[in-house]
Amino acid sequence: MPLEGSRALARCSGLVVIGASQGGLTAIETLLEGIGPSFPLPIVIAQHRSALSSESMLCGAIQRRSPLPVSEPCDKEQIAPGRIYVAPADYHLLVDPDGLALSTEGPISYARPSIDALFSSAADQFGPSLIGVILTGANFDGARGAADLKARGGYLIVQAVQTAEAAAMPRAAIAATTPDEILPPNKIGSALLRRAALQKGSILCP
Amino acid sequence: MKSANTVVAPALDDQELEALEIELLLEAIFRRHGYDFRGYAPASLKRRIRSFLGKEGLQTVSAAQERLLRDRDCFNRLLLAISVNVTSLFRDPEFFLVFREQVVPMLRTYPFLRIWHAGCSTGEEVYSMAIVLQEAGLYDRCRIYATDMDESVLRQAREGIFPLDATLQHAENYVRAGGTGSLSDYYTSGYGHALFRSSLRDNTVFSQHNLVMDGSFNEFNVIFCRNVMIYFGKAVQDRVHTLLYESLALFGILALGAKETLRFTPHERAFSQLAVGQRIYRRVQ
Repeated sequence: MPLEGSRALARCSGLVVIGASQGGLTAIETLLEGIGPSFPLPIVIAQHRSALSSESMLCGAIQRRSPLPVSEPCDKEQIAPGRIYVAPADYHLLVDPDGLALSTEGPISYARPSIDALFSSAADQFGPSLIGVILTGANFDGARGAADLKARGGYLIVQAVQTAEAAAMPRAAIAATTPDEILPPNKIGSALLRRAALQKGSILCP
Repeated sequence: MKSANTVVAPALDDQELEALEIELLLEAIFRRHGYDFRGYAPASLKRRIRSFLGKEGLQTVSAAQERLLRDRDCFNRLLLAISVNVTSLFRDPEFFLVFREQVVPMLRTYPFLRIWHAGCSTGEEVYSMAIVLQEAGLYDRCRIYATDMDESVLRQAREGIFPLDATLQHAENYVRAGGTGSLSDYYTSGYGHALFRSSLRDNTVFSQHNLVMDGSFNEFNVIFCRNVMIYFGKAVQDRVHTLLYESLALFGILALGAKETLRFTPHERAFSQLAVGQRIYRRVQ
């Protein structure tokens, strides 16, 4: 019963999770330019990155493309609409009933942060009001999480393979499950806006 | 399948059924073995339980429950699987650098120091900090308590033997952390392992302590509890914060992990942050 009794999440009428690896920053920047300044849902990004990369580097780059406040969350930070959260280097980022949760467990499919861990845990908490986006990458992380998201009734968008700097990750997600839409990054923003508008006021939101 | 006395059971999908099984398992473990995981952060705990099932060749949490209640060795393996023992020498070198530069000068004013590593796992941080304290000339006045809930990781910590390849990898972190010599000054290598000098644990007591269940056992000048509480839910975190607060002397230092904060915790107001960008706090009330 994903949405019941979760105090910290009750105020959100949905969540967007984005997974990206090689070439991801460019795709994320294009996507964020497409959603504009007043996106209603919180966005959580797992971008594969070096264990030593700093908060200012990745968050700073993303912040330049979006007026929504961008930050690396602290453990158990509550999820607020209109904010962008970026998984910190060398931590997994998961969604818990108490908010965003961090973990230093070993890499999953060689990755920390793991896109699978983010997507699966978010699917447990948000069910049908979760929207997932799998972007470019040269590995298979995210495929399993995307399948979990679909199994829990979530909405899945995958970057069109021919537009991806590295095709393996979107290809693996498409092989693992059936995405609702397959789009180039410059079309994903408007798709997210459409979907968020649809969720707002629908039965998906408490 | 309605029977004559129509009781309609709630429809549970696989994930909800698994959540129920985990809840029952944690209750059973608490009552059978005395370990309380009921307030752990659920998402990452579920991942670790699933990975345990995979390693044991078990299909469901319920199947695991039967074995865990009857087989102590199996439970010990679960304990190891549930506790996250991913740590390394000088993990997060920036933290050690700031500690060396900003906290060590304060510690020099004390004639005697009691230090607690809460949730020390296999001990890498304990040895790393012992090196910092030795290089600062403070080690001889320290009494160090290193605790973990799991006896098997404490045994490793007491030995001070770490894989050589990992140790070599972290030699660079030692330099980044402001190390004044070479990491290899502190160990002898053989058979693919690094045996750290026993002088790094002369003043250290390794002992079992469960942050979720046990109380305060001393008053400390410095407490390290880094990336331990992230595995707890908010309610348990708040309880552990109270335990740490009660275990810390006035003007004592509390060091948390890079992404842990005292904000929104019960004793937030009793602390001031010491270093910008680092979760190093001083108890001021």
